[in-house]
Amino acid sequence: MIASRPVTLSYEGCVRGAQYCLPVLPGTIAFGAVFGTVAAQKGLTLLETILMNSFVFAGASQFVAMEVYTAPMTWAVVLAMTGVVAAVNMRMLLIGASLRPWLGQVPSLQTYPALFFLTDINWLIALREYDRGERDWGVYLGSGLFLWCIWSLAVLPGFFFGSLVSDPKAWGLDVVMPAFFIALLVPLWKGKRQTVSWFVAGGIAVLTWYEFGGYWGILTGAVSGALAGAYLDD
Amino acid sequence: MIENSFSADGLFVVAVLAMTAVTYFMRAGGYWVMGRVPLTPRVRRALEALPGAIIVSTILPIALKGGVAVVACLVVSGTVMAWVRKDFIAVVCAVAAAAAIRAFGY
Repeated sequence: MIASRPVTLSYEGCVRGAQYCLPVLPGTIAFGAVFGTVAAQKGLTLLETILMNSFVFAGASQFVAMEVYTAPMTWAVVLAMTGVVAAVNMRMLLIGASLRPWLGQVPSLQTYPALFFLTDINWLIALREYDRGERDWGVYLGSGLFLWCIWSLAVLPGFFFGSLVSDPKAWGLDVVMPAFFIALLVPLWKGKRQTVSWFVAGGIAVLTWYEFGGYWGILTGAVSGALAGAYLDD
Repeated sequence: MIENSFSADGLFVVAVLAMTAVTYFMRAGGYWVMGRVPLTPRVRRALEALPGAIIVSTILPIALKGGVAVVACLVVSGTVMAWVRKDFIAVVCAVAAAAAIRAFGY
């Protein structure tokens, strides 16, 4: 590839990153609000809800953790919640790994705190912009911080007025994320290497999902797809 | 009620901290490991293939689980994106398609 230009960080880059989140904002807000509703229904206090939502900051895993939550809390529940959160978020190992070429030259003192704000959305955004030649990692940081603020606030209306968003499905809000994923997959296609890699990934993911259910398919599919891509010589 | 809003169960806070820690470990762990693996051309190619593979592996089970509306939504999103290359338009069209199909009872 072309010689890489230095990676920089600017306020303008952060603002651009926040703007790129616009397409997923309705979905994120609805999703966060539904979490507030679920938490209220399960009997969490406001403080507990806010703590969990803003600290864990990983949508799907928070819902799964609430599935295994029971009051009163025991150490077994602590373990179960932590375990399912780990299983659902395991894909972040791979997402983070794929950011190495992008953020590798940024000082660790900046990247490691910034990695707290890693989500599927700002990962997708950062990746797409890197592909377009962006070298201001503000697009990653700005989108991450912005999403964290939105996510932290969205839980409140859901907690207090749960019925407002009782059925996000009817509005199609549950498909915002999948639609966004596909939209960002399209420009990643460049030729035979992607075709083969994606077929391998999809096949293995679906097989794993049929056999074991849950989120393991993301892991097995993604790793086999990456290996296929690595060993397919042009 | 109000006075309870700002209280938190001790063990619940422990659970939150544990979940936060394990999630951060995932967020930073993969990145950390790749900093210790030499970026040979093969590793670089694997990393380049990874994002698409993650997306496909995430989406396919969702599509198979979601039925007609979700599959249609994904087809619309991909088609519109390939056509106009604007993610915002693709997502809006896809969500509208899913909502419309569900309104007709699928």
